[in-house]
Amino acid sequence: MSKRIEITDLNVYYGSFRAVEDVTMTIAPKSVTAFIGPSGCGKSTFLRTLNRMHEVIPGARVEGEVLLDGENLYGPGVDPVRVRRQVGMVFQRPNPFPTMSIKENVLAGINLNNRRMPSSAKDELAEHALRGANLWEEVKNRMNLPGSGLSGGQQQRLCIARAIAMEPEVLLMDEPCSALDPISTLAIEDLMNELKEKYTIVIVTHNMQQAARVSDVTAFFNIAGTGAPGRLIESGPTDKIFSAPDVKATEDYISGRFG
Amino acid sequence: MTNPSAGLIGGASAGKADPKRVGDKVFGALAGASGIMILVILAAVATFLLVQGAPALFADPAKLISQGYGEFASWVLPYAFGTVWAATLALAMAVPVAIGIALFISHYAPRRLAQPLGYVIDLLAAVPSVVFGLWGAELLAPAVKGLYSWLNANLGFIPLFSGQVSGTGRTILTAAVVLAVMVLPIITSLSREVFLQAPRLHEEAALALGATRWEMIRMAVLPFARPGIIAAVMLGLGRALGETMAVTMVLSGGRSISFEVLTSQNPNTIAATIALNFPEAFGLKTNQLIAAGLVLFLITLVVNMIARWIVSRRAEYSGAN
Amino acid sequence: MTTISQALAPGQLTSGRLPRATIPVFLVAASLLGFALAVLFAGGNLALAALLAYLLYLIAIEVAARIVEGSRQAADRRASNLIVGAFALALIPLGSVTWSAISKGMARFDVDYFTMSMRNVVGPGGGALHAITGTLFVTGAAAAISVPIGLLAAIYLAEYGAGKRLAKAITFFVDVMTGVPSIVAGLFAYALMTLIIGPNNGFGLSGSVALSVLMIPVVVRSSEELLRLVPNELREASYALGVPKWLTITRVVLPTAVSGIISGVILAIARVIGETAPLLVAAGFTASMNNNLFANPMMTLPVYVYDSYQHPGVDVQVYLDRAWAGALTLILIVMLLNLIGRLIARRFAPKTGH
Repeated sequence: MSKRIEITDLNVYYGSFRAVEDVTMTIAPKSVTAFIGPSGCGKSTFLRTLNRMHEVIPGARVEGEVLLDGENLYGPGVDPVRVRRQVGMVFQRPNPFPTMSIKENVLAGINLNNRRMPSSAKDELAEHALRGANLWEEVKNRMNLPGSGLSGGQQQRLCIARAIAMEPEVLLMDEPCSALDPISTLAIEDLMNELKEKYTIVIVTHNMQQAARVSDVTAFFNIAGTGAPGRLIESGPTDKIFSAPDVKATEDYISGRFG
Repeated sequence: MTNPSAGLIGGASAGKADPKRVGDKVFGALAGASGIMILVILAAVATFLLVQGAPALFADPAKLISQGYGEFASWVLPYAFGTVWAATLALAMAVPVAIGIALFISHYAPRRLAQPLGYVIDLLAAVPSVVFGLWGAELLAPAVKGLYSWLNANLGFIPLFSGQVSGTGRTILTAAVVLAVMVLPIITSLSREVFLQAPRLHEEAALALGATRWEMIRMAVLPFARPGIIAAVMLGLGRALGETMAVTMVLSGGRSISFEVLTSQNPNTIAATIALNFPEAFGLKTNQLIAAGLVLFLITLVVNMIARWIVSRRAEYSGAN
Repeated sequence: MTTISQALAPGQLTSGRLPRATIPVFLVAASLLGFALAVLFAGGNLALAALLAYLLYLIAIEVAARIVEGSRQAADRRASNLIVGAFALALIPLGSVTWSAISKGMARFDVDYFTMSMRNVVGPGGGALHAITGTLFVTGAAAAISVPIGLLAAIYLAEYGAGKRLAKAITFFVDVMTGVPSIVAGLFAYALMTLIIGPNNGFGLSGSVALSVLMIPVVVRSSEELLRLVPNELREASYALGVPKWLTITRVVLPTAVSGIISGVILAIARVIGETAPLLVAAGFTASMNNNLFANPMMTLPVYVYDSYQHPGVDVQVYLDRAWAGALTLILIVMLLNLIGRLIARRFAPKTGH
């Protein structure tokens, strides 16, 4: 259920502009890896290359390798649609489908892909995914109401349930709490701790306390200046990065001296 | 349980394309083809008009005189003049009123009333042109006869109002009034939209400087909206140039090129000439009317192109953002 | 800005202001005076009285405001009054058209009118059934041609076209197409059909083709706009679930925008259903029922109104009554379509959650 990601010499371009330069790192399975760094350092862009979502933006392209348990995501003949079925994603702002009910939202990945499944199995899957996202108790009596009627934090957990209903190997989270209040944020952080038992989790965050709280490994990204590409400065166990980083820039960023 | 066969490479078992990816290709191609279809249709409009109009354009003038309506250029010229003249008059009346209405809805009317009032003006756009034609011929023309006599008697020294006043009221001025009513909602709704987009910050800045509402509009709204207004006016002009029924039914038109708007000697418009003569036309006459349609098409095309050009040119300098 | 600093001396926040009662008092006075003048010099013409009253009111307010409030406030009041006047002016034709259509249209708004054609009718009687069915046929066929092409083209522009040359060309030519005069669309359909089947007196499908030329750009424009309103986040959410692009479009994007698209289509139909000139040229005239889109002229309601007015028989009033009844029917159809379109747009607009 959980796979290792190995990234070698990855470069991301938007047209002729290089947004991310030469990233090499390994993301361990069944752990939470946090990407931190100042705005515009390319961490979200980099995250989106891990399930080929960057291709949605015209002109974006990638050089390098991303291996998912040894299989290159950018190898010839790889279908990005299949990649995304194995690498789920949760976005900055909760984005439930407004035309669908809570249940339909959870099952969206199944229904939209026209995958056939008996309705009892669907019910089971929906409950399983919602329980996994700690949302079941709150919504079990209103499964047929629109998903957009939930609170922001509930919507975000609904989006997580939607992602884990696809039973992915990896779950990418792009600043999943930046639009939420502290209580909802806490609920999502608790959830991440549970989810890492089963999934490889990668999270981008602006909030360093959050990175310290939830992640096992932290990777710090930075840019030299406007227009320069983002680079991976260093990565390592979260304890180490936050207490004794190898690089001065990491320490400056973490202690709040810039960024 | 729900996991797809673990491979990342497209294609279920045989290594052939996944049926869903075929769906992607087919759907994309269908959408692209529909887009191209639009280009084909427009090219077809121009081509078929050319093909069917060509016999009149290249025929021997003598033949056109005996079997058609006469030599093409001199035949179509008064109508081209009438088309442009009627549209110009209509715009001269419609533009100030339309901008006034748009400002009323966007900046004067109470917020709750603004939307319903917008609908009321849009209703004007929904009235079919043939109804406006009927109204113009049956109600408006008799109603303005007295006004025309008065204008002619008291303001006859202005060339516009000189000449022998028409006894029916069915002059080019009446047709222009009907056209003005018809283009009014087009100009209004577009200008209203631009007025509403005027940056609130600029408006509040103007008010904070102590400007009155009108000064605020002149400082913050109108400069911002200028390209939008010009585009709206041009679109209205395009509509007025091509509008057929209102003129056909209201105007008793002929072929005189004259700027007098109250007399019974009025130039007809191209569109109205086609509508009036097409049902009875045959052979070379049909070709000649189609060629006239081509001329009208070109005139409106040029007007629309100029509008787009102005908008794209002004957009760079507009104060937006 | 010098005027502003002059007007507001330091420490002085109130300046001369016209009392609240000024406006109603002036309004009544100007109306009375205007009416009196109209009676004295123009035999009590109501339109003239209103015009005079308005002008008198403008002048009075201008003078009073200048004296009491200063020139800046006077300019503000003048602008307000002119703007309100412009709006009132626009209501006159709307009211007049509506009223005359109702009052004159009611004369023949009877059962015969909706159950009979004009076949073998000379003089009074007869109806517009052939024209009403013809309009439904022609417009229906036009919608059947325009909606798929227009919607798919809009999908191309909004979902596939970003940055592509072809998309720019299509957008440009859709704009050009919006400006095609309606009669030119009719001539196009006629010329096309002449090339295909030879000279003809018009038939239903030919009219539909003409209307499609007018309808397609409207459908493209409104649908494209609505597709662009669908937040990108929804597309990304769908892609991230491993849903292919075409299923994302058909099952996520379109359902989100569907009410707006339907309403846009209905408004587009409302726009072309009243078109006369293209049908005059392409679909022709007839006094009889014709339920075959592919042969023989087909009467439509707008052409019926035009024909009744333009080519009356001996008893002109009979034909005029029929024309007005047709005009009323047309207005009712168009208003109904507009109402339905707006209701759909409002009722079923999906909440995006924010």
